[in-house]
Parts: sequence; structure tokens; C-alpha cells
Amino acid sequence: MANESVATNVYVPYLEQKGFMSWLVTTDHKRIGIMYLISISLFFLIAGIIALLMRFELMTPMADFVSPHTYNVLFTLHGSLMVFFFIVPGLAASFGNFLIPLMIGAPDVAFPKLNLGSYYIYIAGTIIVLYALLQPADTGWTFYTPYSATTDTDVVMITFGVFVLGFSSILTGMNFIVTIHKMRAPGMTWHRLPLFIWASYATAVLQLLATPVVGITLLLLIAERSLGVGFFDPAKGGDPVLFQNFFWFYSHPAVYIMIIPAMGVISEIIPVFARKPIFGYKAIAYSSLGIAFISFLVWAHHMFTSGISEVAATIFSFLTFLVAIPTAIKVFNWLATLYKGSIELHSAMLYALGFVFLFTIGGLTGVFLGALAADIHLHDTYFVVAHMHYVMIGGTVMGFFGALHFWYPKWFGKMFNESVAKLSWFLVFVGFNITFFPQFFLGIQGMPRRYATYPEEFQSLMALSTYGSWILGLGVLIMTVNLIKGLFSDEKAPQNPYGSLSLEWQVPSPPPTLNFDKIPEVTDWTYGYGKKKEVDA
Amino acid sequence: MTWIPEAASNLAGKVDGVILVITLISIFFFVLITAVLIYFAVKYRRKRDDEETPYITGNEPLEIIWTVIPSILLILLFVYGFVVYKDMRTPPKDAVDITVTGKQWIWTFDYYNGKKSLNELYVKQNVPVRMIMRADDVLHSFFIPQFRVKQDILPGRYTQLWFTPTKVGTYDLYCAEYCGTGHSQMLGKVIVLSPEAYDIWEKGIGVDEGDAVASLPPEELGEKLYKEKGCNACHSLDGSVVIGPSFKGLFGKTGTLEDGSTYVADENYIIKSIYEPQAEIVQGFQPVMPSFKGILSEGEVDALIAYIKTLK
Ligand code: HEM
Ligand SMILES: [Cu+2]
Repeated sequence: MANESVATNVYVPYLEQKGFMSWLVTTDHKRIGIMYLISISLFFLIAGIIALLMRFELMTPMADFVSPHTYNVLFTLHGSLMVFFFIVPGLAASFGNFLIPLMIGAPDVAFPKLNLGSYYIYIAGTIIVLYALLQPADTGWTFYTPYSATTDTDVVMITFGVFVLGFSSILTGMNFIVTIHKMRAPGMTWHRLPLFIWASYATAVLQLLATPVVGITLLLLIAERSLGVGFFDPAKGGDPVLFQNFFWFYSHPAVYIMIIPAMGVISEIIPVFARKPIFGYKAIAYSSLGIAFISFLVWAHHMFTSGISEVAATIFSFLTFLVAIPTAIKVFNWLATLYKGSIELHSAMLYALGFVFLFTIGGLTGVFLGALAADIHLHDTYFVVAHMHYVMIGGTVMGFFGALHFWYPKWFGKMFNESVAKLSWFLVFVGFNITFFPQFFLGIQGMPRRYATYPEEFQSLMALSTYGSWILGLGVLIMTVNLIKGLFSDEKAPQNPYGSLSLEWQVPSPPPTLNFDKIPEVTDWTYGYGKKKEVDA
Repeated sequence: MTWIPEAASNLAGKVDGVILVITLISIFFFVLITAVLIYFAVKYRRKRDDEETPYITGNEPLEIIWTVIPSILLILLFVYGFVVYKDMRTPPKDAVDITVTGKQWIWTFDYYNGKKSLNELYVKQNVPVRMIMRADDVLHSFFIPQFRVKQDILPGRYTQLWFTPTKVGTYDLYCAEYCGTGHSQMLGKVIVLSPEAYDIWEKGIGVDEGDAVASLPPEELGEKLYKEKGCNACHSLDGSVVIGPSFKGLFGKTGTLEDGSTYVADENYIIKSIYEPQAEIVQGFQPVMPSFKGILSEGEVDALIAYIKTLK
């Protein structure tokens, strides 16, 4: 437990202390958040460059830029880095760390040292995976057996790295759960909590409960490869589909580990820039928990063609449709929040509205994949690639970029150039759609995924997708430069540039080391915008 | 190009029905949500900084409406998808069995009439067929877009799938489950023959030395075999390395084997490479080529050699 903050009246921003050591041993949640932010952003950029190389290869049907084996290595790296190193730790570890204590009125997380430990575990996993690049695996990020058990690339190292990462995720999740239960400021009741906190809470529960399963699965795979135990090898009495069951038992909830924090971000940004209370607070809060719960019961919808029984397929299809309902509810509530608002199209708001638009496409195309007969045709085609990227980029990454632009002044005490931010938003939005929308058609046409070469009839759409990726890449580049340049600008950020009511905006930018001079007394919920008549807590 | 491939099996139309209904409902909600989003963003755009906004926190009837209506629609869609799926998974009693074996990166088909073919699946128009499928090594997936069928195939266990081809023609067969370096080259053709043509095929050419072997000049037969038997999955004609060495300029070339010894690519070397591929591995390549013993006759190997000789 952090010490109860003593009232100090001198303002010492948390960034004040300089020097490498001050970062290595810091237990300040804000600094740990920055370290995660830098790490995940680096992985995002590296995996993004790999993606551009893949798209470049895919511009023509032949394998003329890299060999098929190299392409397979590239998509394995792209997928693994994006999933395990960027998007799963993602918003939860970076913004979760920075925001949770500030938003609930606490001086730090419940276990600050453990928090630093989790970061070191993340780094350990990273180093193992970098080592694994010496002989990179070619299994895809899904590591399906028996291929992963037999390929002669180095699968053990990369899965071991991912295994180690899992502990970071579990410990962070546990830390946040305890923090949210125990460290809320007086008066910060559950129903006054910002929705980002509800989202972080649901995410943390998923991290805690689902991650051990993938850890064990990867250990079994390592045992199979290095000790020859036959868990998954049919020749030794194993079951090749068992791996998929284990894998998706984690990885489906993991999909929600990726998206729920972004939904939380959107629920913060929209009310501020619409100057309206969030519409349907409880519906949004509880739908996060609902999604988290049902997400444990839908994993086999990734396996409708895998050879599972028809009865199982039917039950899982039904449960999958159930998970769509809370998701739809959120979209409608965000829309309703805009009604009669006073809307400012700040770059963060543009990302939030972009999220609603793109995530709607991602969600609706998920309905195709949940419907049994349609999924049989669409499974393992580019339709899935498109759907996945609409959810992950259109959803999570838009939420991430939105969060970056929204909390940037608070986090760093500086401002970026808003016009450049709007321009880069536009390029990202347009480039993204040109890259991925054609892939829905490719998938319906039958173009399978993970193809290094492809039949000529697909070329025009594939090339279009590649051109789109250049626009998208340019947008991300401009955004990155703009945000980095902002750090060196002289323009100091005001304490509360958007007039937000949330606690983190009520302290100076950047926040003092101990967050609050005095632990605040909370008397109202976070969303009291607009002309109030009567407040019910 | 139409938005969905030609429907060439009895199941395709039913699947398209599901896809079409979901597409229409999706377009409806997409247009609705986008229109509301843009309308609000424009209409309520902030004009002055001190604008007043109402304090609205929710609306229970609305909340119920937009929970219940999508729920009902979603459940109906689930039922529709399930009903068609049930048809897709229930082969009729009179279906004809064909055994499919997938291995890196070749399809093999064994027919009820004792015939065998490689990468080309022959089926009779309007006769239901049931594929009994098994993998030899890793997972693969049997996918024919024009028939709207897909099923993973596994080592050590049979999976099945059925369809009735309704149109004469040639269709693409893809491997849809990632299976290693040659995954994207694991392509086949499905050839739907009219009943008359099928009878001729049934009596005539197969993998044993049939009329075709005798009737074509060796180079041409070799070229045909190169495509039909799946050599093209791994060996290019333009010098580029796919999985194995390119055939371009192969004949007569010298090179180094994994064990350090040298070889000359003459007739004996090529025959051995086809029948016992694991015996001599060229440096820099993986020992992944399957043996074609029992699949290619000696006459056919001769034709392939004649063809490779033409590839200067
Ligand atoms: C910079 C924009 C991006 C581009 C141009 C891009 C492009 C691609 C391409 C071409 C594939 C290979 C598809 C296939 O062959 O099956 C792919 C796969 C994938 N991408 Fe991305 N991607 C981008 C960003 C992302 C992001 C942000 C994420 C998630 C956080 C992501 C997650 C994945 C995953 C999980 C796969 C599957 C890998 C596999 O099949 O093993 N991608 N992407
Ligand atoms: Cu395959």
C-alpha cells in the first residue's frame, strides 16, 4: 500500500526527477505507464512496418519480393507482436496504469512494487522473443498443432516468451482489481466511477482468469516439442483439435481484453466533447461485465470447420449471438450521448467517432462469422482478416490513438499540433478503409488467408489494399512525428483544457508525484455535464 | 467479377441466402448508425463556447427497445444459419464416397471405382458426393468457394463433407488451413463432368498409363503432368525459388547436396529425386518433397524429364 498522502503544498511534477535510475526503480504508476506506453508503441511500429512489407509482397500474385517461407515468418511475427506485445498489454497496461489511480482518487495502485515487477516480466518476455528472432517461427500467432509441433523453425522460444508475458498480464490484472476495490477515494462509489474504470475492471478479471490457460497450453506445446510427449499428436494418442480448444479458451476472452479498454476510452472522450452526461451509464458499465462473462463461453466459434461436433457448433453459435447484444447496446448509448450535445471535433473526438463507425462495421461483420452456414464459407478467408482488423485497428487502435490525443496534455504537460493531428486522423481513417474494406470482398470471393501467393483473379483488390496500406502508414508516421515533436514544444498544457469533470483533470498537468495534495472527497459522478435539474447518485 | 462467386452446388444457393439476409440487415443498421452519427455531429456541432446542453442520463424505454429488437433479429439469424448448416452437414443416403488425403502440399483422391487422382477431383454433375477426408501430416482444410463448402482435415481422424455439383465446369480447390511453406500452392481443381463425360473418364485415363500417355508428345505430356500432379506447387519455371529448386535450366546443372557432395542433374538424378526425394537433398532446401512412387509411372517420369529438358 502506498502511504496516505501527506498534504504537501509544493508542486513537484512526477516527471521532475531525471536520470535513468529514477526510471529503473520507479514505483510511480504514471512512470510505469509511460514505460509500457513506449514499449507497446515500439512494438506497434515494428509490427506495422512488417505489415507494410507483407502488403508489398501481396501487391502481385507471385512471391517476387520475399519467398513464401519468409512471408510466413513475417505474418507470424506481425500477428504475434501485434497481439501479445502491443494490443493485449496495450491500453490496459499503459493508460490503465496512468489513469486508474488518478481517476479513482488514489495516490498509486495497490501494489506499486509488484507493478514495477510486472513491467520487468514484460521486458523479460520481450528479450526472449527478440532472441527467438534468430530463427523465427512460421506457425502464425495461433501456433496450431501439429504444424507447430513439427516445423523446424524455433517455436519453443517464441511461445516461451509469450508464456512469460502472461505473468505480467496476470499480475497487472490482479493489481488493478485490488486497486479498484480498495483504493477509491471517499465518496467514489461504484456507480460514480468513470466508465474507463469499469472497463479496466472487466479487463482485469479476464486477464486474471483466462491467461493461465494459454500459459499452460503453451507449456504443453513446449513439452510436446522438446520432450516428445503426445498431448496433441494423434500418432501418440493425442488430439490435434485439443490445442485449438485450449488456445481459443484464452484467446477469445483475450479479444475482449483487447477491445474493452478501448470501449472505456470512448466512453470518456464522447461525454467530454459532447458536454453531455454519458447516456445509459449502467447499461454501458454492466455490458462490459456481461461481455467479459459471455466471452468465456464462445471460444469454439473459431472452430466451426475444425471437426468439432455439430451439436457443439450449434451451441457455440448461439452463445456468440448473445455476445453481440451488449456490444450493440454500447454503440447505441454512445450515439445517444451525442444527442443535443455541444460537439467539438477535437482530434481525440474524431478518433472516438471513427471508432464508433469502424467498430460498427467490425461488429456487424462478426454476425456473418457467428452464423454457422455463412461462417463455413467465410472462415479462414480474407473476410476474417478484414473483420479482425476492423475490430482491432478500427476498434482498439482508434481507441488507443484517441486516448493518446486526449490524455496527452495531462500525461506530458505539453501540447501537440492539433491541425496536424486532424490531418493524420484523416489519413489513418481513409487509408485504413482502403486497406481493409476490399478484403471483405476478397474473402467472399474465396481468397484464403495466410497465402504468400494467390490466383490472379484477386489481384486488383489485393493491389488496392496495398495502396491503402501506404496511406495508412503515412498517417501513422505523421501522427507519430507530431506527438513526439509536441514533447519538445514550449507550449505548456493547461490543467483542464477540455473542461472535463473527471478527477485526473483536477490536478495540474503533468500530475504531481503523489497525484493529489489531499485525497479528494467525491460528491458526484464523473459525468455531470449539462444543465442539471436533479442528481441521483 | 460478381460480389459472390458463381453458385455451383446444391448448397451454394442456401448459403448465399444466409449471407444475403445478414448483408441486408447489416447494411440497414450500418446506414442507420452512420446517418445518426453524422447528423448529430453536424447538427450539434459546437458553435459558441458557452453553449448550454441538457442533462440527459438515459431513457429506459429506449434502452429496452434497442436491446430487444437486435436480440430478436440476432436469434432469428442464428436459427437461419443453423437450419442451413444442418443441411450442409447431413449427406443424403445415396451419396457416393470419395476419399481425400491431404499432405504437404498435395491432394490425393481415391474413388469408389478404384481410380485415383492427384490435385484434380472428378465428380459427376447432379450426383451427391461425400468426401471422407484425412490428413497425412498437419492440418489442412478442403475449401471450394463455388460450392460454399469447407472442412478442416486432420491427421488421425476422419472428417467429412458433402455436396451435389450442379454445373459442369472447372472450379478452384484451396487449402484454407495454414499448413506450412507451400500452403498457398496447395491448390487443386474440381472438375464437374456431365454424366456422359464422366462415364468416359471412368473407363479411360487414370493415373495408370492410359490413352493420354500414348497420345501426347512427351514434352507436352510432361507439361501436363507438371501442373496436374502438383510439381508446380514447389518448383517454378522462371528461376524463382518457391519451395524446391526451380526447373528452369535445371537439366544438366551441377550443384551441392546437404552432405557436401556434388551432383549432376541428369536423368538418373531426376528419377531418384522423384521416387526417393529424401535420399539426396540439395543444399539450402528442406526435406519436404513427398515420394511419387506409385503415383507417377516410369513412362510419366520420362515425359517429365523430356519437359524439364525444354526449360532452358
Ligand atoms: C498497419 C496496419 C496493418 C496492416 C497493413 C496489416 C496487414 C496484415 C496482413 C497483410 C496480414 C496477413 C493476412 C494473411 O495472410 O492471412 C495480417 C494479419 C494479422 N494482423 Fe495485421 N495489419 C495491420 C495492423 C494490425 C494490427 C493493429 C493488429 C492487431 C493489433 C493486427 C493483427 C493481425 C493479426 C492477429 C493477424 C493474423 C496473423 C496470422 O494470420 O497469423 N494487424 N495483417
Ligand atoms: Cu494446407
